[in-house]
Amino acid sequence: MKWEDFNENEYIESLVEELKSSGQNVVVGKLDQLINWGRSNSLWPLTFATSCCGIEFISLGAARYDMARFGFEVARSSPRQADFMMVAGTIVHRMAPVFRRLYEQLAEPKYVIAVGGCAISGGPFRNSYHVVKGIDEIVPVDVFIPGCPPRPEAMFYGLMQLQRKVKVERFFGGVNRKRTREDFFRENPEIAEREHAQE
Amino acid sequence: MADIKDIIGKVCPDAVYEENERPLAVVPDAKWHDVAVALKNASYDWLIALVGEDFGDALGCMYYLKSTADHSIISVKVVTTDRENPMIHSVSDIWKVAINEEREVYDFFGIKFINHPDMRRLFLRNDWVGYPLRKDYDMNPDLNPVRLYHEEPDDASVSYQEGADGKITAVPVKVFGDNEFVVNIGPQHPATHGVLRFRTSLDGEEIKKIDLVCGYIHRGIEKLCENLGYPQTIHFYDRMDYFSALPNEHCVCSCIEKALGVEAPRRAQVVRVICDELSRIASHLLFFGTFCMDLGATTALFYGLRERETILNILEETCGARMSFNYYTIGGLRADIHETFIPKVKELLAIMPKALKEYHQLVTGNVIFQNRLKHVGILSREDAISYGIGGPSGRASGWANDVRKTNPYAVYGELDFEQVVMDGCDSFDRYLVRMKEIEQSMKIIEQLIDNIPEGEFCAKVPKIIKLPVGHWYQEVEACRGAFGVYIDSRGEKTPYRMKVNGTCLRLASIVDLITRGSKIADLITIGGSLDYIVPDIDR
Ligand code: SF4
Repeated sequence: MKWEDFNENEYIESLVEELKSSGQNVVVGKLDQLINWGRSNSLWPLTFATSCCGIEFISLGAARYDMARFGFEVARSSPRQADFMMVAGTIVHRMAPVFRRLYEQLAEPKYVIAVGGCAISGGPFRNSYHVVKGIDEIVPVDVFIPGCPPRPEAMFYGLMQLQRKVKVERFFGGVNRKRTREDFFRENPEIAEREHAQE
Repeated sequence: MADIKDIIGKVCPDAVYEENERPLAVVPDAKWHDVAVALKNASYDWLIALVGEDFGDALGCMYYLKSTADHSIISVKVVTTDRENPMIHSVSDIWKVAINEEREVYDFFGIKFINHPDMRRLFLRNDWVGYPLRKDYDMNPDLNPVRLYHEEPDDASVSYQEGADGKITAVPVKVFGDNEFVVNIGPQHPATHGVLRFRTSLDGEEIKKIDLVCGYIHRGIEKLCENLGYPQTIHFYDRMDYFSALPNEHCVCSCIEKALGVEAPRRAQVVRVICDELSRIASHLLFFGTFCMDLGATTALFYGLRERETILNILEETCGARMSFNYYTIGGLRADIHETFIPKVKELLAIMPKALKEYHQLVTGNVIFQNRLKHVGILSREDAISYGIGGPSGRASGWANDVRKTNPYAVYGELDFEQVVMDGCDSFDRYLVRMKEIEQSMKIIEQLIDNIPEGEFCAKVPKIIKLPVGHWYQEVEACRGAFGVYIDSRGEKTPYRMKVNGTCLRLASIVDLITRGSKIADLITIGGSLDYIVPDIDR
């Protein structure tokens, strides 16, 4: 797709601006570009689907839509091997801690795409007693794909937006950050207290 | 069939009978267990629905029973007025299906079942506050915030045992013994087909016991329906068992139509049947694909999805969506069929026989495939009935239970098709039944596609739909078995209670039974052959 055909161009442009303003070594910059080119064309999703939207995600993998064209085909079942997570389906209270743990287990740099009304805001079940009203309450989200379920084409559009975002990122000293276990527990005292009280 | 007054009157003379759509007996709790035994002996041995309800002045359950002899349906109501510590006698020893369904009622209404072996919550976290489907449930999010820490693993359960003197004592029960080796499978696992969790106790490679943990996609649809008008509730039916969206919509629409006293015009009925069967084919095709993928045959998934996309195209043109159709409405259809509908369905009918042959060539004869399925996961006919396993999985155990044949609805009564019944009772027959059902569905479509009558596609219904006071239960044959909807109306625009009764919870409940003693690798194939859909379990 051409640059003008995308929406949200200002967002990407502002990211680029930010990068430029911070100044960068030419060599590192070129290396960054190369790495990002590779990364953006081989983003591996985590097989994670809780409900209806997940089925459209399966359709993406099949012959008609074929996400292998974009390098997304290697769906991993373990979060440790995946780059990003398509949250396809409703996240409910009981699932929330599991989902959160899956997110924490993804290796950096990691991305999250919220697919469908449910993941974005709770969708048709927003008023329910047991549904999380949007996954951005729990984890940071990079791309939102609205729909119920979004059409496969819409999913591709969202995935391509993620690729564009990856392409303009700063890899060294940027997204390739190192976070330790201790950092995580410092940021999440509640989880630390509940689950690692013994440590 | 003897009148239910005769059957019940012998054991419980003080039962009260109410006039309703179906024979209804109100039985006092003290006699309920005896009555249940008598009913089961009188061939009412299929508990098709167990509906918990907060009646306002009392808490209680509605039991819908179907006779496997003549397929008549009766209902029994049991209530308790104690709101602080409500208790009802369990029937889980008579109908095994009640084991998990009573846990569901306990989870939602707090009714404790006397003599139930394992009274734990089923869907909600064990630290959840309150019983959400009670009318006085406090929705305050501060009571139940989104908790990001994991719940305590809970092996301690309780059973309320009634002594000979009628005194009830709480006996602690352990789900797993101290020395058992328990492996956790799920909720995030590619082979559980969604977010379902099995806590599996192993002895070497052999499965000793499985504890089913669900609720990871429990969305509270039944409670949501209580605040929505009848037409607004229909779209939820696309989103539970999303592969059999249209049959499920059919069920809720015909339940409301029955209560309203309207009948969908014939054109609508015929189109509904065609669309139902198209969904059935699509659903079984996806079953074929994912099931073979569980066994390691990834290519089969692409074959199955190829034909499924053709069907989705047809449905998309007519219904406007690929999955969440929302196509049926109260009184008929939301829109008339698209002009390309008939030719495209005919094209599909032309390619399907070839495709089916291809599938069979690809996997069915394969030695590895057969060895992994034959004589694996044996489900006997008695167990199938006791656990209420309708649908293809039950029919593979030699039990003819197809609602389209036994209690015909829409135009199914006039059609010529066979009910596929096999008696291998194993995973292989469960697979074959589904493949043969595709052929029968095609046969049904063939008979109808040239005979869609002209005329209206939607009956005239009032703008604001209010059902009269009463309650109704409607069943259809969805892709995975009998699917039922229970509506209790108090004469308002919104249902007082709406219960969705899918088969998938039952299918998941028998995983424990039929995997015991098999190897852990077989758990995946057995689960796959049952073809449950997790959002339909949890609702
Ligand atoms: S957004 Fe719609 S299709 Fe997607 S999971 Fe939610 S209800 Fe299902």
